[in-house]
Amino acid sequence: MATMEKIRALIVDDSSVMRKIVERSLRQAGVELATVVEAGNGAEALAVLAKESVDLILCDINMPVMDGLEFVRQMAQVESAKGIPVVMITTEGSENHVVQALSAGARGYIRKPFTPDQVKEHVLPVLGKKS
Amino acid sequence: MSTDTSLVVRSHEENWLPILELAVEEVFEIMLGCRVKPVPKGENAVTGEYTAMVGLAGALCGILTLTCNKETARELAKCMLGPEIADSEEQVSDALGEISNMIAGNFKNKLAGSDGGCMLSVPTVIKGGEYSFRSLADGENLETTMLFVDHPVSVCLQLHS
Repeated sequence: MATMEKIRALIVDDSSVMRKIVERSLRQAGVELATVVEAGNGAEALAVLAKESVDLILCDINMPVMDGLEFVRQMAQVESAKGIPVVMITTEGSENHVVQALSAGARGYIRKPFTPDQVKEHVLPVLGKKS
Repeated sequence: MSTDTSLVVRSHEENWLPILELAVEEVFEIMLGCRVKPVPKGENAVTGEYTAMVGLAGALCGILTLTCNKETARELAKCMLGPEIADSEEQVSDALGEISNMIAGNFKNKLAGSDGGCMLSVPTVIKGGEYSFRSLADGENLETTMLFVDHPVSVCLQLHS
């Protein structure tokens, strides 16, 4: 099995507990992480992207200040952030939310509660790996 | 039309309480790695030292609360995060808030007809039991107590009619 290149991940969630759980799930899914940057909402995430380069973004939807859908829409306007895959991880499970997220530019959608296998299934393909 | 209303209420209680219980069971099993089961009403009274709340608005309107004592709250956070990082009060509150958020989301995602029309608030967690709580939700009240290891956890969904 080919070794996966280590990636830089940005995890966006207003809950610090959930950010830790997402990071742990990524590792359990076999994603090798070089660095993990955290943001508490969409506005903080945009500020991170203005300073740092990342390979993958995992983002909640319901957050104060700027929600995840608005973040994905605004991120699409940032030249340096274009092409970075975003996977939503959220309690919002309706088809309407999935369609909105994918239309805004998200590449994957995971509903909470989630297992590491679901993270693997949705994250590895956007990194160009087989799940 | 009181008869119709009571039928609707009874129908909701019969149909939605198992859905709420299933939503709770799934969140505990998937995110905390432990199985919980509902206990009969009246058994295992919950001391409310921690209360996590999530509001629902739109097609389904009301508030979901998760209540437990301090020791249980710590155990829940420990189970969710691992023993090494679940020591601070902030993380305990954060964990409870997230659990209630996932229960509310999982519940509404299981209901047909609430697709996209129901939104959740950011969770709020109250510490301490010396408060009275009154929701303006005037509809039905779905309540269940689950045993998490030996710790009772109460989950209540108060809905607008």
